[in-house]
Amino acid sequence: MAETGDFNRRDRKSHPPAFTPGYKTSVLRAPRCALVSVEQGVGEKAGPIFVPRGGLDPLDNDLIRNFSQGGEAIGERIVVHGRVLDEYARPVPNTLIEVWQANAGGRYRHKNDSYLAPLDPNFGGTGRCLTNAEGRYFFRTIRPGPYPWRNDGSDWRPAHIHFSIFGEAFVQRLISQLYFEGDPLIPLCPIVNTIPDPAAVDRLVARLDMGQQMPFDALAYRFDIVLRGRRQTFFENKREGN
Amino acid sequence: MPVAYLKETPSQTAGPYVHIGTLPAVAGLPVRSQENLSVLASGSVPGERIRITGVVWDGAGHPVKDALLELWQADAAGRHDNPDFPGFGRAAADFATGAFSFETVKPGALPWRDGRTQAPHVCLLIFARGINIHLHTRMYFSDEAEANAADPMLKSIEHAGRRTTLVGERGTEDGVVTYRFDIHLQGENETVFFDV
Ligand SMILES: [Fe+3]
Repeated sequence: MAETGDFNRRDRKSHPPAFTPGYKTSVLRAPRCALVSVEQGVGEKAGPIFVPRGGLDPLDNDLIRNFSQGGEAIGERIVVHGRVLDEYARPVPNTLIEVWQANAGGRYRHKNDSYLAPLDPNFGGTGRCLTNAEGRYFFRTIRPGPYPWRNDGSDWRPAHIHFSIFGEAFVQRLISQLYFEGDPLIPLCPIVNTIPDPAAVDRLVARLDMGQQMPFDALAYRFDIVLRGRRQTFFENKREGN
Repeated sequence: MPVAYLKETPSQTAGPYVHIGTLPAVAGLPVRSQENLSVLASGSVPGERIRITGVVWDGAGHPVKDALLELWQADAAGRHDNPDFPGFGRAAADFATGAFSFETVKPGALPWRDGRTQAPHVCLLIFARGINIHLHTRMYFSDEAEANAADPMLKSIEHAGRRTTLVGERGTEDGVVTYRFDIHLQGENETVFFDV
């Protein structure tokens, strides 16, 4: 029988608070009231299932080729791989991961990006994959370039890949960004610095993984993702009130 | 030493270009198969057809034009395991006006954890530039006043006056039943956001 226990409460100390004046856009977009803590309902403990809707396109996790106009994307070729686990180190299988990123010059293929770096006609900058039974995932891409943005004058984003992940329940939903080991822009970034705990920032840094390189093709980076864990139920809770 | 567990991966803002990865056509990319779109109900899915529309507002009263909303709901019978109705959709705010909309069916009531009944509702997540960790809320239905008054989640909101921020207002638009649901990130009418 499927586990029906509750998910652990989100440890907000691992996350950035809503109001982070160093990242100016948060100032008018941060709720001022405290979040209302509630118990999880059946809906929050369930979530969309993507597997039965059929497989993804075979090229969906190869960003070097999935939007090709005949050539391959320009840039340092890399593989990003890892495992999706919950807080109890249990693998999270069959869950959808979506990624999006700038090209090697730091430019996004998006209507609203007007950065002067050129678009790469062979690079769309997005991909998807499902984790396997052991919670493993991988995709191939090019290392994105840093790019400037208007915050405190011209700030620079470290190279990063945005990722979105579902888990098995709506309460595990997470969108975040992965960074690359050794990037000197990481500690300078106002968005990275919305996270108060340096140990938490470190969990967003992908590690160079020479052992998983694709020889004569691509370097590899390892990046594990941890989602909220579901507790086992030892005793049925007694019905309260009425 | 207490038992140690892994820690959840920290959140970061979805940023202004979230559409590339989540709704590529909105960003201007070619359409792929199997996107998660704002039209949840098609064909013969049972239930009352409804449109949920609104705007996400910032603390200065400006629309949040780069917002991405995700909706998760039960089917018309209050179930989450209907293969013909996955119950999940995404909508981007319009880049010019900030308006979003979902086409779906009105969900049924569903059980609460202790056997009581939850009023019909949809769960909504809000992502945007400047939102460091997504916001989680619910929309209830204005024509379900009695069920709403008994809803365990609504009742757990201590400040009763804030409960109305979670109720979508029923109306019609071109013959379609609509529910208007504006989300206020800050200010006098700040929407209730949950830590679930
Ligand atoms: Fe970015």
